This record gives sequence, C-alpha cells and structure tokens, in this order.
Amino acid sequence: MTIGDLVLKVRSKNAGPFWVTIDVFCGRPEVFERLTRTLRTEDVARLYQVAPDQLKRFDIPDLRVIKFSLPRPVVQGSAADRDMHGAQYAALLEEMSL
Amino acid sequence: MPTRVLVPSGVLGLGFDREALARGVAARPDIICIDGGSTDSGPFSLGAGQSKYSRAATKSEWRALMLARAEAGVPLVIGTAGTCGTDSTVDWMYDITAELARELGQELRVARLYSSQPAARVAEAAAADRVTPLPPSPELRLEDLTNIVALAGAEQIQAALETGADIVIAGRTTDTATIAALPLSRGDAAGGAWHGAKIGECGALCSTNPTSGVILVDFDQTGFTVEPLATGARCTPHSVSAHMLYENSDPFRLFEPGGYLDVTGATYTALDDRRVRVEGSVWVPGRYTVKLEGARIAGYQTTILAILRDAHYAANAQAWVDRLTGFLHREIETRMGLARADYMLEFRLIGVDAALGALENRTGSPVEVGVLGIITARTQAEASEIGKLINPFVLHYPLTDDEDLPTFAFPYSPATTDRGALYEFALNHVMVLDDPMSAFRIEVSEIRTEVPA
Repeated sequence: MTIGDLVLKVRSKNAGPFWVTIDVFCGRPEVFERLTRTLRTEDVARLYQVAPDQLKRFDIPDLRVIKFSLPRPVVQGSAADRDMHGAQYAALLEEMSL
Repeated sequence: MPTRVLVPSGVLGLGFDREALARGVAARPDIICIDGGSTDSGPFSLGAGQSKYSRAATKSEWRALMLARAEAGVPLVIGTAGTCGTDSTVDWMYDITAELARELGQELRVARLYSSQPAARVAEAAAADRVTPLPPSPELRLEDLTNIVALAGAEQIQAALETGADIVIAGRTTDTATIAALPLSRGDAAGGAWHGAKIGECGALCSTNPTSGVILVDFDQTGFTVEPLATGARCTPHSVSAHMLYENSDPFRLFEPGGYLDVTGATYTALDDRRVRVEGSVWVPGRYTVKLEGARIAGYQTTILAILRDAHYAANAQAWVDRLTGFLHREIETRMGLARADYMLEFRLIGVDAALGALENRTGSPVEVGVLGIITARTQAEASEIGKLINPFVLHYPLTDDEDLPTFAFPYSPATTDRGALYEFALNHVMVLDDPMSAFRIEVSEIRTEVPA
C-alpha cells in the first residue's frame, strides 16, 4: 500500500526559488494519526536524497496535513532543473510504500 | 477603522469572474488590490526584465479593473507589476495604463513605485554587513546580475497611496504587501492585516472554487473575514486555513519587511456557509529588512528533440544516450576545440526520468522515448554550432558498431532550437534598511485626456 492509496491528495510546489514544499492531505483523522505514527522523516529524507536535518516537517492536526519542506535539490530554473514549478516532486511521496 | 479590500484574482493575466467583480464593486470596497507576478515561472522574467503574460491579456483584464476602480471611486493597486517587478515592467504596465486611460477617457493620478536596485547599493550594504544570506544561499556575487529587485512591504505601498494616487503600479512587492497596506495604516489589527493579506493574495484559491478569482476581505481591530464573490464559491475554515500551506515552506510563520506573522494561535470560524472569520494571528515586529531577488545570465542554450520509437532503442535509451554522449564530447573537442568545461551537453529521457532525474525510482516500458538534448554554452553562436554539429548523430547514431544506421524521429526542421539566454536566480538574501523608502522611489504622473483640436 502506498501513501497515495490512503490520503486525499499529495501536492508539491516551489516555496520560492530555493525551496520545495510537499503537503500530504490525509482527510480522515485516523489516516492522519496512522501516518504521523508510521511515516518516518528519515525515510522521506532518503526518498528526496536530502540530509534528515535539512528536511522540515510539520504535523498539523487541525488540517490533518503533514507538510515537508526541503531545499530544492537544484535551484529553480538553473541549468540542471527539470521541473520549474516543483509540482512533480509530490509523485515520489504519493507512490512511497508504507 | 474597518477596511474592505477587493481582490479580483491571484494574479493579473489569469482571468476572473466579471459578475463577481461587479458584486465586489457594489459592496463598496475601500481599495482594489491585485498581484502582478511571482518568481514561480522561473528566472527568465526577472533576468530579462519582461512580463511573462501577454500584453493583450494584461490590457484586457486591466481595462476591467480600471473601469471597476472608476465606478468604486477607490484606489487600484497592482503589486509586482509585469511578473518580476523591475523598473522596466513597471513602466510597461504604466504604458498600458496610459493607453487605457486615453481609450476610456479617464483622468488619473498614477503613482509608480520602483523596486529595482543598483548593484552598487547592495554592494555598499553588504560591505556594511547589512546584507544577510537566507538558507540555502548562493554566494553573493553582484557584478554580473542583469536585474536586482527588493521586495517592498506595506510601508512603501502606503507611501504610494499617500500621494493621492488613483492607481498605484508597484514594482516587486511581497505577495501580501498591497493588501495589508491600507488596513495597517487605518489601525486594523496587524496580525489580522498580514494574515488576511496572505489568505487573500491568491484570490479565490482560499475558497472551494479556486478559478473564480474574486474575493472580499474585511479587516478590523480583532481580525478579518473573508468571503468569495462568485456564485457557488464558498470559504470554509479548512479552505482558508489550508491556504497558509500554499507555496510556503513554514505554514505558521510568514516573514515580511519589519517582522513576521505568526498564525500558530489563529482560530478559523465559519460565519455562514460562505464566510470565514479569523482571529488570533500575531504580528511580531523585528528589524526592517527587505528580501532581494536577482538574476544573471548563466549561458546560452540550444535544444534538440528526437523520438525513439524503435522498441529496441526505446528499451535501451539510457545506454544509447551514454554511448552517444561520450562520442559527441570527443567530436566537439576534435572539431570545435572545446574542452568539457566550456559547455554542457545533457540528454533527458522523456518517458524514463525526465522530470525527476536521479530521484526517479519507478521503471517501466515506455512505447517511445523522447530524447531532449540541451546544450548550454558561453555564447548563443557556440551553442547553436554545437547543436548543428551533433544534429546528424542524434538522428543516426547506432547502439552498437555492427548494425545498420538507425534513423529516429525528429518532430520539426530544423531539428535544433536556439533558446537564447539561460538566466539563473542569484540572490536569497535580505537587506537591512533604516528608512523603508531608502531603497525605493515613487514617481507620480497625472494622465489627462487629450482635448480634440
């Protein structure tokens, strides 16, 4: 089972040219509780190939959202950038197995 | 004093519901505010000092807003005019405004707020230890930047409004500054002003009908109330509070010139099925800093696109590209005398990992693979020449020596496309200001309708 199978939506977007932010909308409170318990920050850091201390995590019970922010692996629009808006980064987390 | 702000949409050029706008004007707002840009589509706009939206789309929407302003009799403010908010795009927006004023027979006072920064000013501030990097920060190198802008806050917008302008065309501002300015100067709650501005800055994105555009934000002494104006659009505590997540690396704090907004203690209450009341947001004053943005030319590009439909090549696309790349580097060195450090040549496999590159962890068997070759060189002539040199090999190069020459699909002729300059974002810094206006300037113009001779 993947995260995408459980939650309402996973989305990502640039937060300025140097950061990308990924929001996991869990929907039901029990999904949020399960994910906050089982989703390990280190695993998400490995998925995006960043050091765990570079990955900011916010568990937001009121919204039943888990939010991750990380420095963009490449700066937006630089020669090596492949995704100007950063919206495809979400696919990795959505497809991550639990 | 309560302040009613009408926000027609998240950005000028994206469209809005004209009926909802009419409802907004009928609701007697105190000001109409719209954003004109963002860094979201990349460094080109800032680097080149050009709008990314078409002049025609901008003019058609601005016309509707200028008519709305005339009817409402209140100021109309655009922030980050022309996508990037350089002086050049402020003047571009002013030209459109002057043209429309003549067409509509409007007499106007227009204030232009300029945000472009001379490199010398930033260098001087840096030498005085008044430029601070934000993580992750590129090295501070100012000499080759094509444009630098500072993000204005509420104070500069207030100064522009104090000129008595009917229309304020602002260069780069924070997303929130135009909306927060008037409520703050009228003494509404600072936490509510900034929070309401953040919720409102993308228009109806904080509602259940994001594309409808138009919203109304009412500010007062204790917070704000937000209401979408399109038929059927609703704001709910969830749709409003979730907007703090959007394009924000920290959902609880938002840094602005002169402090930050903290929404940790904010409460969101449904007043009815379409309006949400928000209270409890806190403004924490700090040092007066403005964020800087800058861009430079990082090379010139030529691209080439080939499609591998042959099943054997589609299945072995990476091996093909690896072999081809090694061969081409040798050819470029032999024929053009260029070393590897003089240029970049990269092939991205569309259908394999073009969007995510090294992060991609899914594999599959694509029907076909697009091979996007990107050449980055020191001049356009050099990039173009490399493109022409590699063109026949991208078309015909074999996977092994002992097979017939293949021929792949080129979608157009010529197969190469010159892309022009590649710009890169070069600043992620803030600059300290003692006087908020010291890095900005305002120019006021009176537009008079011409009397026919």
